[in-house]
Formats: sequence, structure tokens, C-alpha cells
Amino acid sequence: MNPPIQTPSRPETLEELMLQALAMEREAVERYSELADMMQAHNNRDVAELFHKMAGYEQHHVDHILKDMSWPADKATPRYAGVWTAPDGPEVVPIEEMHYLMQPWHALQLALAAEQRAHDFFDALVRNAANDTIRRAAEEMRAEEAEHIELVRAWMEKVPQPDSDWAADPDPPRYID
Amino acid sequence: MTAGTLLLDAAARAGLYGLMVRTSGPQIRGGEAAALLRLGPQPLATLDDRFDMLLAIDWQNLHRFADEIPLGPASLIVGDSGEGEAPEALLASGAQAVALPLKKTVKGATGAWVNMVALGFGGAIAGLPVEVLEEALRASWKRNPQALEANLTVLRQGFAFAAGLEGKRPQPLAMPAVAPAGRWLISGNEAAGFGAIRAGVRFVAAYPITPATEVLEWLAPALTRLGGTLLQAEDELASINMIIGAAYGGVPSLTATAGPGLALMTEAIGLAVTAEVPIVIVDVMRGGPSTGIPAKSEQSDLSFAVDGLPGDAPRLVLAPTSIGDCLTTTEWAVRLAEALQAPAIVLSDQFMGQSRAVVDQPPATGGTAQRLVAAANTPGYLRYADTPSGISPMAIPGTPGTTYTADGLEHTEKGIPSSQATDHSRQLDKRERKLMQYDYGPRWADVEGEADLAIITFGSTTGAVREAIARSALQGVGLRLVALRLLAPLQPAALDRALAGVRQVLVVEQNHGGQLLRYLRSRYDLPGRATGLHRPGPLPLRPGELTAAFIDWAAVQGSREGRA
Amino acid sequence: MNDMAESAALAAADYKSGYKPVWCPGCGDYGVLGAVTRALAILQRPPHEVAVVSGIGCSSRIPAYTSCYGFHGVHGRALAAGTGLKVARPDLTVIVAGGDGDGYSIGGNHFLHACRRNVDLTYIVMDNHVYGMTKGQASPTTEPDWDSKLAPGGTGVRSFHPLVIALAAGANFIARAFSGDSGGAAEIIAQAIRHPGFSFVEVMSPCVTFRPEQKDWKQSVRRTGVPETGDPAQAARRIMTDDGFNIGVLYAGDRPVYARERAATVTPAELEAEFAL
Repeated sequence: MNPPIQTPSRPETLEELMLQALAMEREAVERYSELADMMQAHNNRDVAELFHKMAGYEQHHVDHILKDMSWPADKATPRYAGVWTAPDGPEVVPIEEMHYLMQPWHALQLALAAEQRAHDFFDALVRNAANDTIRRAAEEMRAEEAEHIELVRAWMEKVPQPDSDWAADPDPPRYID
Repeated sequence: MTAGTLLLDAAARAGLYGLMVRTSGPQIRGGEAAALLRLGPQPLATLDDRFDMLLAIDWQNLHRFADEIPLGPASLIVGDSGEGEAPEALLASGAQAVALPLKKTVKGATGAWVNMVALGFGGAIAGLPVEVLEEALRASWKRNPQALEANLTVLRQGFAFAAGLEGKRPQPLAMPAVAPAGRWLISGNEAAGFGAIRAGVRFVAAYPITPATEVLEWLAPALTRLGGTLLQAEDELASINMIIGAAYGGVPSLTATAGPGLALMTEAIGLAVTAEVPIVIVDVMRGGPSTGIPAKSEQSDLSFAVDGLPGDAPRLVLAPTSIGDCLTTTEWAVRLAEALQAPAIVLSDQFMGQSRAVVDQPPATGGTAQRLVAAANTPGYLRYADTPSGISPMAIPGTPGTTYTADGLEHTEKGIPSSQATDHSRQLDKRERKLMQYDYGPRWADVEGEADLAIITFGSTTGAVREAIARSALQGVGLRLVALRLLAPLQPAALDRALAGVRQVLVVEQNHGGQLLRYLRSRYDLPGRATGLHRPGPLPLRPGELTAAFIDWAAVQGSREGRA
Repeated sequence: MNDMAESAALAAADYKSGYKPVWCPGCGDYGVLGAVTRALAILQRPPHEVAVVSGIGCSSRIPAYTSCYGFHGVHGRALAAGTGLKVARPDLTVIVAGGDGDGYSIGGNHFLHACRRNVDLTYIVMDNHVYGMTKGQASPTTEPDWDSKLAPGGTGVRSFHPLVIALAAGANFIARAFSGDSGGAAEIIAQAIRHPGFSFVEVMSPCVTFRPEQKDWKQSVRRTGVPETGDPAQAARRIMTDDGFNIGVLYAGDRPVYARERAATVTPAELEAEFAL
């Protein structure tokens, strides 16, 4: 999207930073769950399972933030469009990249890119931090994202690379209503 | 038309009953038109075989109506002395013709209308007192008082013309000493509109169409005053879907149309069947198919109403049997639709819809329609629950804890789209069962008489059939009447009772193909060898010709029995 | 930090029904569903006071995916059903949703008249320039040279410009949104619901199955940099001259909203007097 009309707001307090982080992680949980459902409904069990796992990892982050800040589970977060520069939150996998025949390798590629964006997001916050408290918190979260990146990379080693005709389907799309 | 309306009003004021049928040419303004009136001391549901008088302001295009205005040797033809001889086609009836200076009378009388001369004369021929005619004119007057005086003067002059016609004029009616109580002056279209309102209809969406528009024109201001809405839609596709939307929202809703509009509504009526949304469609039938004969009556939408939907689609089809019954039957249709969460089609027709009559006040059937609704936060709410009655509580938007999606796709009990055989059969059974198991009570038909020969009919034809049965009885031929009000679902058990002891039936209707006969045969084993008597519009079935046909038919049945 | 929610009483997830959509993975309609549910969360309107009305097509499956009252009617008539519902039940928030075929082709007449009638409802069209449910035929917004089985080599027919038509027909609020910008679309939809009268939101919603090239829309769309206008002439210029990729509110007018006096002044029994002799 070019050019964005909204710019990321620079957190002035630790609370603001953590609210942004919470919003981002929650979006990631929501999106991975949605993608898992999408794949489940289209009988792609392997990828559905993978997205469920990813949703679980992101939920750990959510829980972590809530615990650190002593916030309740239904803590309100800032409204979506006021926060991110991109149409989606930094850590979400875009819906339009889904394909019903996609394989875990594709899914992990997309997850990797999302984790990288999340890492870059916190990296930018580290560099522009308003004070040391915020910087330290941002660094901590950047480190967690780096861990995720490694985890996804390791996972990718274990899944086969798709053939070039992975998207081939002899049946045409089907009529519904 | 104005003269006819005022004459009917005057007759009503004098304590008589009456019926006025309108017929007109295709022009928007200034076309030929005729008001066909029948007046008498008893309620009248049909025109008679012949008119006692034809009063013509001019002869232009009268031939177009000639076969709608049967005359006989006892009839009187009255024309204007400046318009020349009556057309040969009319004189062939043997009627006596006289010429009166109708137009000359208004010459020089500023603001006076020739049809008020006609009103005075026609009133005098009918036997109405001149005071009553004047009263009717005064009551309807909305223009300046000078013109009123001028018109009253020419009315009195017209009245006086009758005095010179002793020996030629038909017998005047005897005026009742006391006017019967509880009479209404109403058209079938107004009655249908009022019936809808009495049953609780508060939303109407419609597209104008002849001959149904008066239903809407009456409803528009009435609904506004009742806090409801009439919305003029862009087409019938919109109007039917609008009422479905409103009814889904919990508000009893209705539309009115004629054959072409009903055809456009078909798909959405199926939606109302499947999504179980109560709606009422008043179809004021006209000559068909296609644009057909817009301003003339015919009973030819029956097959379409009872069978014309894709899929197995149980629906309610009702037909009023008289102008007054347009009120009661429409009211009943709204109640049934709401109670059964199903679409109801009311088959009125141009004859009942556009005719105005003095009728006995239609009975109050009591209370507004009731829909079975779901309570807030019903645990495990299933919109399309397969209940023993087939009726499942409907959640009204705004109710917490019972949200669901109404669907035209086949669905599960919860309302989720499903293409599974079990869901399909289950919902088909449910939708059929709810209409079949319902107790419709005695209103399903008018059943009169004990004879072993029966006439089955429906709709506006009932009036002529009833009169013909009464005339046949005077000639020693007993006939039983079964006038169906609930056409679908057909009531086999009730028909068994109504036809107990009947040897033969004759099915009478106003269409070309014998649609009622075919429908009954397809759904029910009629006794004996059922035959049909049917003729398309625009000519009405008249009591005299029906009497002759009934007597002939009964004679054949009698001889058959004799041979047996 | 802007737009803090006051309370977390209702979240976007509370507006989802839990039924899994049948839409293809990657379909833009998922983003629209997300946007609608987020918009309702912004407005904090209880789900049972909202009705989502649709016709037929991929996108018209949306009502059942929300936790609101839903109405899934026949093809092309969603605006009519929604109009009847809103006029009869002005207390409800009515959202009508569907696709470009449903709204601009078979339902085109209702679209025109809904714009001019200006009933207070919100119409969301998920436009992917194709009929998805019947296997990929040209719709009114399809480019004239787009090849399909039903129209080999293209229809040769100029595509329809729904935003200009909506403006000319009298829609009171006109916006373009993008399904890939679910959050931005949510803001626009929330504004559309709040705006009185007929609000029209055209959402560019890619069809990854029949129009995979629409995935590139993400690179082309931009939030419109200009403030919204209530001047139809200015809006017309803007809509006619843009390249179809500006997203945001393009027109917000103040035409009188269709409304009827609702207080009853008579009873049915009083109306009888007109017939009694």
C-alpha cells in the first residue's frame, strides 16, 4: 500500500508499547486461527494443523504480555487502523497468499516472513524508543521474535519442498449456490 | 362513472342493496366507460341476466360494451336526442328506445354536468325519491356552491323526464320502509385492504397494476394513520422481497398485484416457503396470460397460484366468495400466514375488486394475527425445529440470544445450508405437515343444501352460482353448493363431509381451461363423473344461463340414475 | 495512541458465528467478514440488534458467518429485502451485503432505487469483477477484454462504474475499501453505518481462484489522501478521474433520509366508519 495515510504511533510509555504488542499478537492469533479454519474447511489438514500450532505460539506471547503487565485476559487494545502502517498487523500472514493446495513449506515461508516483520517492528521501536524502559521492553520482544524466526527456520528443514506442479488440480472449481 | 357511483350511494341511502361494476375502454382519460348497476331489496353478489335500462350519454364505441350489457324486449334504451338513433346491435334486442334532451338541459346552465341529468333520470326510473338523489349529490360535492345548485337543478329536470314514460319504463323498485341496519358501501379492493389492516398488517410494498391498484390506494393513507408504511417499489421483484424482509422483521406484511406481477414474484414466494416467512399476496385476477385483458375479470390464475412454483412448495391459496368476503378472507389469510409462517395468496378478481356494493357488514373475526415467536435466550434455539405441528418458533430480530440466518437454501433445523437427503426430506415434510395438520375450521368453504347433486365453485363466480341454485330450486331442481374459500391446501376430509351423499358434481369457473376441475381431479376423487362448466372472461357467468345449464345437467344426471 | 476502546464489552470475534466459511482460501471475502465484525465492534452494537441481509453468490454467504440476525434470500434482491426490513424495523441496524453480479447485474434496478430512496442502511458490495459461484463468468464490472468460457475473448462490453452510478442515483455516502486492508475497511464500514441514509461501500475483494491477478491489487491500492467531500460535483470529478485504486470515503452527503411518520393516530375500528352507511 502506497503511500500509507497512517503512521505508527511512537509509544511514549511502557504501557503504550505493551498495548501495541498485545494488539499485534492477538491479531496474529486470530489470523492463524482463521487460516487454520480455512484449511480445515478445505480438507488441507497438514497446513491447518501447522497454523493451529502457530496460533498457539502467538497465544503464548499474548499470555506472556498479560502476565508481565498484570492485565486481565479481556484487556482492551488500541483500534487496529490507528496503529499499523501496513493494511494488516506486522505479524499476520496475508489472507490472499492462501491456496487450498498449499503445503506446510508454503505456510512456513509465509510465517517466516510474518515473524520477520514482527522482528523489524520491534527493531524500529528499539531504535526510536522514547526512553530506556521502553527500549528494554522492545529489545526483549525483538529477541522473542528472533527466537520464533529460528524456530520456523528449523521447522522448514523438516518439511519437503513442494514439486513445481503442487497447485495442479485436474478438477475445475465447483459450483455451489 | 360519477353518476353510477352517486346512484349507488343514493340507493344505499334509500335502504336498498346494490352492486356497481365498472367497465371502460383503454384510454387514460376521455375514453368510453359504463357503470353497470343492479339495485334491489336483498344483498346482490352478481349482475342479472339483462339490464332494465341502458342510459347512454352518447353512442361512441358502445359496441365495445354491447355484449357486456345484455338487453331484452322489456328493456329501455335511452339516448340523447342530439346523438341520433341507438346502434342497430342494441335495437336488435327488441328493447324500446327513447331519446331525451340530456345535453340540451345543461346548455346555458353554467357548471352543470350532463351526467347529473342522467343521475336524476336513472334515479327516477329505479324508483328513488328525488330528495335522496339530491342528498347523495350534496354529500359528495367538493366544488363551488353555485355549481352545486346548477347541478341540483338539472338533476331535478332529469328526474322529471321519467314522468313522460309511463308504459315504456320498467317497474320501479319498492323502497323499504326502514333501511336495514349494519350495511356497508365498499369495493372488493377496499375490503381486501381493510381486512389486511384488521388482521394486523402494517407494512405493504407494491408496484401499481390494474386492477389491484385501488387496494394500495386505499391502504396508503390508512397505513400512515395507523403508524404503518406503504412503500411503492420499483417493481414486483422488489415489492415481494420487501415484504419478506419486513415480515422477517416481525411485522405482518402484504402486497397486492395481478397476474403479470404474480408471475414476477414467483421466485420470492418460494423463498417465503423455504425460509418460512409469513407473507400475503392479494392477486386481483384479470384476463391472462401475459398482459392479457387488464381491466376485465377472469379466474385464470388458479393453476398458477396452487401449483406454479419450482420445487415442492406448500403454500396457502384462498379466494373470497363475494365483495364483502374480500375483507374476511384477506383477514383470514393474514392470520393463517402468520400462524403457519407461510405465504398466502388471496385470489380476488377484477369483478370483486373494482365493483362497489352495498353489503351487510362483514363479520368481525376477532383479534390480530398471532405468530409463534421464540423467547429471548432460548437454549439451543433451532429456527427450523422439526416439531410435531411443523410450526417452529420464529426469532424476531432484536431478540437477544436467538440469532439465526433465514435461508432460501435447504437447511438443517438450525438454519445452516445443507444438501443432505435427510435434511431435505425432513424440512419438506415439516413444511407440508404444518399446512396439512392445521385445523382450518368451518371457513374453508361455503357449503349449502342437502341435495345429491353438487355445484363446486370458487371466487366471484359464487354469487351467480348461488343465485342460479336458488332459481333452480324454484323449478324443482335441488342442488348443493360447495364454494371453496381455502383452495390450498385442499381439505380432503372436509370435502368428504361436504360431498357426503353426492352422486355427481359440476365444477363452475370463469376460465378457459377448467382449472378448478383439473385441480380437484388431481388432488381428490370426486364422486361420479365430474364435469365442468367454464368460460373465460371478460363476460361474467350470469345466473340465468347457469340456471338453464344446471337444470339440463340435473336432468341428464337424473336419467342416468334412472338407467342405473 | 489514538482511538482507545473504552471497554472490551464486544470484540470483533463476538460478531463471528463460528461457522467456517466455504470461501476459497485466500478469498478477499474473509477480509470483508473481518472488516464487518471489526466495524460492529467499533460501534459496539449488540449482534441481535443487527441484521445482515444478502442475495446469492460467494459473498452472499456472509450473514451466517456473523452472529447477527441473517437473511440469505434470492439472487439480486438483497437490497429489496433489506429495505423492507429497515423500513418496518427502523430500530435495527441493517447491513446488506453481496457481490458485483448480485448487486449490479440481476439486482441493478434495486441498486438504483435504493440509492435514490435513501433508506438508512449500509450496502457492502464485495467486488471481484467475476461470477465466482457459477465458475467464472464476466460480471458488470469485468473488463471488456477478459477472456472466459462464456465470452471467449471478452464480452467487448464496457464495465459498469458503480460509484459514479451510486452518486448520480443519490446515494448519501460512497466509499471504496479494500479487503486486504481489513482494518481500514472496518473504519470505513463503521463510518458508513453511522452515516444517515443509504451508505454504499464498494469493497475490492480479490477472487484468487478465477482472477488470481487481483492479488496485485494490494500493490496498487492507496488510501485517498484528500478529505471527504459533501459536494457531489467534486465527488463526481474525483471518482471519474481516479484510477479505481483510491480507497476511502469519496462522498458523504446530507440528503433527507427516507422516513415515515410512525405514530398511529387512528385504530382499525375507527377506519370502519368510512364504509358504514
